[in-house]
Amino acid sequence: MKPTDTTVPDYFHKVVDCQWACPSHTPVPEYIRLIAARRYADAYMVNWRSNVFPGILGRTCDRPCEPACRRGRVEKEPVAICRLKRVAADYKGDIRARLPRPATARNGKRIALIGAGPASLTVARDLLPAGYTCVVYDSDPRPGGMIRSQIPRFRLPEAVIDEEVGYILDLGVEARFGERVDSLKALLAEGYDAIFVGSGAPRGRDLDIPGRKEAAANIHIGIDWLSSVSFGHVDKIGRRVIVLGGGNTAMDCCRSSRRLGGEEVTVVVRSGFDEMKASPWEKEDAMHEGIPILNYLVPKEFLHEKGRLTGMLFEKVKAEYDAKGRRSLVPTGEAPVRMECDDALIAVGQENAFPWIERDIGLAFDKWDMPIVDKTTMQSTIPNVFFGGDAAFGPKNIIWAVAHGHEAAISIDLLCRGEDVRKRPPPAVSLFSQKMGIHEWSYDNDISTDLRYRVPLKDKEVVLKDIKVEVELGFDDKLAYLEAQRCLNCDVQTVFTPKLCIECDACVDICPMDCITFTADGEEQELRGRLNAPAANPTQDLYIGAGLKTGRIMVKDEDVCLHCGLCAERCPTGAWDMQRFLLEMAQVEPACRSH
Amino acid sequence: MTYIAKPKLHHPKLPTNKLGFTRRDYEGAVSTLCAGCGHDSISAAIIQACFELDLPPHRIAKLSGIGCSSKTPTYFLGASHGFNSVHGRMPSVLTGANLANRDLVYLGVSGDGDSASIGLGQFAHSLRRGVNMLYIVENNGVYGLTKGQFSATSDKGSKNKRGVVNSDAAIDLVAMALQSGASYVARSFSGDKAQLVPLIKGAILHKGAAFIDCISPCVAFNNHLGSTKSFDYVREHNEAVNRLDVMPEREEITADYAPGTVETVEQHDGSVLRLRKVAADYDAHDRIAAMTYLQERQAAGEIVTGLLYLDPDSDDLHGYLGTVERPLNALAEAELCPGNEALQRLNAALR
Repeated sequence: MKPTDTTVPDYFHKVVDCQWACPSHTPVPEYIRLIAARRYADAYMVNWRSNVFPGILGRTCDRPCEPACRRGRVEKEPVAICRLKRVAADYKGDIRARLPRPATARNGKRIALIGAGPASLTVARDLLPAGYTCVVYDSDPRPGGMIRSQIPRFRLPEAVIDEEVGYILDLGVEARFGERVDSLKALLAEGYDAIFVGSGAPRGRDLDIPGRKEAAANIHIGIDWLSSVSFGHVDKIGRRVIVLGGGNTAMDCCRSSRRLGGEEVTVVVRSGFDEMKASPWEKEDAMHEGIPILNYLVPKEFLHEKGRLTGMLFEKVKAEYDAKGRRSLVPTGEAPVRMECDDALIAVGQENAFPWIERDIGLAFDKWDMPIVDKTTMQSTIPNVFFGGDAAFGPKNIIWAVAHGHEAAISIDLLCRGEDVRKRPPPAVSLFSQKMGIHEWSYDNDISTDLRYRVPLKDKEVVLKDIKVEVELGFDDKLAYLEAQRCLNCDVQTVFTPKLCIECDACVDICPMDCITFTADGEEQELRGRLNAPAANPTQDLYIGAGLKTGRIMVKDEDVCLHCGLCAERCPTGAWDMQRFLLEMAQVEPACRSH
Repeated sequence: MTYIAKPKLHHPKLPTNKLGFTRRDYEGAVSTLCAGCGHDSISAAIIQACFELDLPPHRIAKLSGIGCSSKTPTYFLGASHGFNSVHGRMPSVLTGANLANRDLVYLGVSGDGDSASIGLGQFAHSLRRGVNMLYIVENNGVYGLTKGQFSATSDKGSKNKRGVVNSDAAIDLVAMALQSGASYVARSFSGDKAQLVPLIKGAILHKGAAFIDCISPCVAFNNHLGSTKSFDYVREHNEAVNRLDVMPEREEITADYAPGTVETVEQHDGSVLRLRKVAADYDAHDRIAAMTYLQERQAAGEIVTGLLYLDPDSDDLHGYLGTVERPLNALAEAELCPGNEALQRLNAALR
C-alpha cells in the first residue's frame, strides 16, 4: 500500500469522525475539551463560528456527528455531543463583546436573501461583517424560519431563538419581515448584486383519501398546524388525535397535541417502526409522554358525520422484499382497522414549492421540478442566484442549511469580487505536538469508562400542562464535565515518523485496542485481514508508515483508536507523537482583514 | 515511567479463550520500565502464550529475583501468584514452591545478572534437578538498573555505550542449560513474537526443566553500535534453526510442508509440538550435536535461535523423587499420620 500522506488535510480530518460528519465541520473535540475546562464562552465561540446557532442546534440538531462518533464503536453509545453544545450555550454568559462588529464601511454590494431561516441568516452573518448590505425577506413577521415556526417551544424556548437570531440582526440586517416575495423576476429587476434563496420546503404533503374534503375542519397539515401553534393562532385540539407520519414533524405534532388537550394521541405509520424517519431520541421522547406508535397501517379513509371527523380506517400491511432487496408493503388481507378520533394531523412529508419563480427567466429546473443547483458553490443556472437549505436539495435539517449558507456566502463574495466561484478557499489547518514533558501531555488522555449520561428532564406532569415549558433541563456543569470526559479527543492525532522507529514493538504491546501492526506490505484488502486485530471497517482508513529498517510497514487501523497516546508514551524514540489537528473551514473574511 | 493506566476498553472483536477470558485478562499493571524495553515485549509474549493455552490465571505462579527482568512479573498475569525473591535465589524458592504444590504452572523470570552472575549456581542446580518449570532469562547483556555496566553475558569484544570494550568472556546460558540437563532449551528474541510465543507455550506444556534464553535489547544502555544485543545487531545475526507450532491436541497437518521438514512431538498432556525445520541438518533431539552446532555457529558470529533441544521422554523432579500425585501441601493429617497402631507395628519391627 501507499504510505499515508498526512499533509492532505482530509486524512486527519476523517479521523475526527464527528467533525467529518458535521455538514459545517464543527471542530467538536476542540469545544468539548473547552467545556471540560469549564471555558463555556470559548466553547460557544468555536461553535458559533462553525454552526452559527449553538443554543438552537444544542437542542434540535439532527446530530449526524453522534452516529459517527468513535465512542459508539468502542462501547455502547456515542458522546452526547449535541447536548454538550447546549451546555456551552447555557453557561457562556455574555459573549456579545466577542462577536464581530457591524462593518464600519459598506462595500456597496447589495444582496437579497429570501426567507429568514437558518440558511439565509448564515449567509447574512458571513457577509455583513465584510461590508455587504443584506436585505432579508420573509413572509412571517418574525425571523427564524422553520426554527421559529415548526419547532415547538417545549423543545426550543423562544428566548434562545431571539438571542441567536438577534446576534445576526445586530450585524445590520436590512429586514423586510412580513414581506412575501412573489416574483423572482421582479426581485432580479431590482438590481441586487446577488440573490440567495433560502425559502425552505414550506409545503406539507397532503393525503388524498376519501373523507379528506368532508372532514376538512378537523384535518390539519402538520407543519402548517405547528406554525399556527407557534404563532399562537391555535391553542387547543380534540381529546383524541391521530398523527399520520413517522418523521420528526410527526413527533412534534403528537407531542404538541398532548399539551393542547389531546389525551389519547396516537401516531400511525405506514412502514415499520424501525424504518421511521424520526430520530430515535425523538421517538423515545414521544413514547415517554404516553404516545403509542402503531406501524404497518396504511390510511384508507377519513370517517365523518355531519362534517365532523369521527375516526379513520387503516389497511393492515406487511413488508415484503424482492430479490433486489426492495421493500413493498403488501396488504395482509385482514379486516381494516378502525380508530376513533376528533382531530387528525397529516405529517407525511414536506415539499418544495417555487410558484414565485418564473420559468422563463433562465433558471433551470430538473425533472422533479427542483432548481438545478451546484452542490459545491450553491449556484443556480443564473450566475448571481444561489440556493441553500431545504430550498436547494429538498428537506434536510438546520445544520445542513448552515453549511449551505457558509458555502453560498463564499460564492457570493467571490462573485462580487469578480473571482471564479469554483476556486474555493482551502480550510485552515494546524497540527502541533501535545508533548509537554517526558510523561506530560497537554490533553487529558485518561480514558473515562463512564457510560453516556442522560439529560435530566422536567417532571412530566408539569411539561404536559404548558406547551411553553422546556422538557429537557440540560446537563448541569457536573454532568457536563463527566460527559465531556467521555470524548476520546480524536483530533489529537497519532503521528508516525518511520525514520525514527527502531521497531521495538513497545507501541504494539501497549495499544489497548490492538490498532498497530508491523508487517509485510500487501494489498489493502488482504492486509486488513492479517493485522493484529482485523480491520473490518472499510470506511476507516489504514495509516501506513513505510521506510522501516526491516522493510516491513507500520499499519495502524484508525477505526477504534482511543487516542490515549500510550503508543507515544511508550515509544523510546519519539517515532510516535500526539499532535492536535485543528481544521477550520474557510469563511468570508471580515472587511478589516481583507486588506 | 508511564503514569496513565492502560484503558480498560478493548477491541470490540477481541477474541476470548476456552475460559471466556480475553488476552487483556492476563495483563498486569502498566510497565514502569523504560519505554521501548525488550522486556515489555517478553511480558506481552507471556500474556499471549497463557491466553492461547487457556490457563486459569490463578493456577500460575510467577517467581523472580532482582533486576529489570525480575520486575516484569508485575506487568503480566495480574491475577496469578507471585514471589519476588532475593537476588539470584529465585530457583530455590521456585523449587520449594514446586515441591509443595506440583499442580501450579511455574514461571521463573530472571535476567542475565540474576542468573549468570549472582545466581549462576542456583540456575544450574534447578535445571539439573529437572524442576518442572519455564525458566526464562530476559537477556540484555547489561546492568541496566545500575546504568550500563557489562553483565556476565556481554560478548567479549562488544562495546558499552561509552565505547569501552568488554574484555571478559561471556557466559552462554544456553550452553550451560544443555550441559546441566535441561530437557527443553530454546533461544529467542524479544523482537520476534511469532517465534517467541510458541516457544513459551511449548515450554509451559513441557514436563521438566524448560529454559529460554531470550535476547532483549536494553534501549537505554545497550542498543548502540558496537553492542551485540541491540535490535539491529540481533536482527542482522539471527539464524533460526526451526519454527515451532504448538497444537492443543493432535490435528491433521493442513499446511503444505516440504517432505521431511516437519517433525511432530507429542507431549505428556496430549498436546503436540510441530517443529518446522529451517536449518536442514539440525537435529533438536541430539544434545551433543546441538552443543557442537551452537559453538560452531557462535564462532561464526551467528545468534542461533529456535527450539535448540527437546527431550521427548523427559521427566521432572517429582518423577525422580516418586512423590504422590496429590500436591504435598494438600495432604492432611489423615494421609500424613498413619496412626498409633502403625507406629507400634513399626517400632515392633525394629526391636
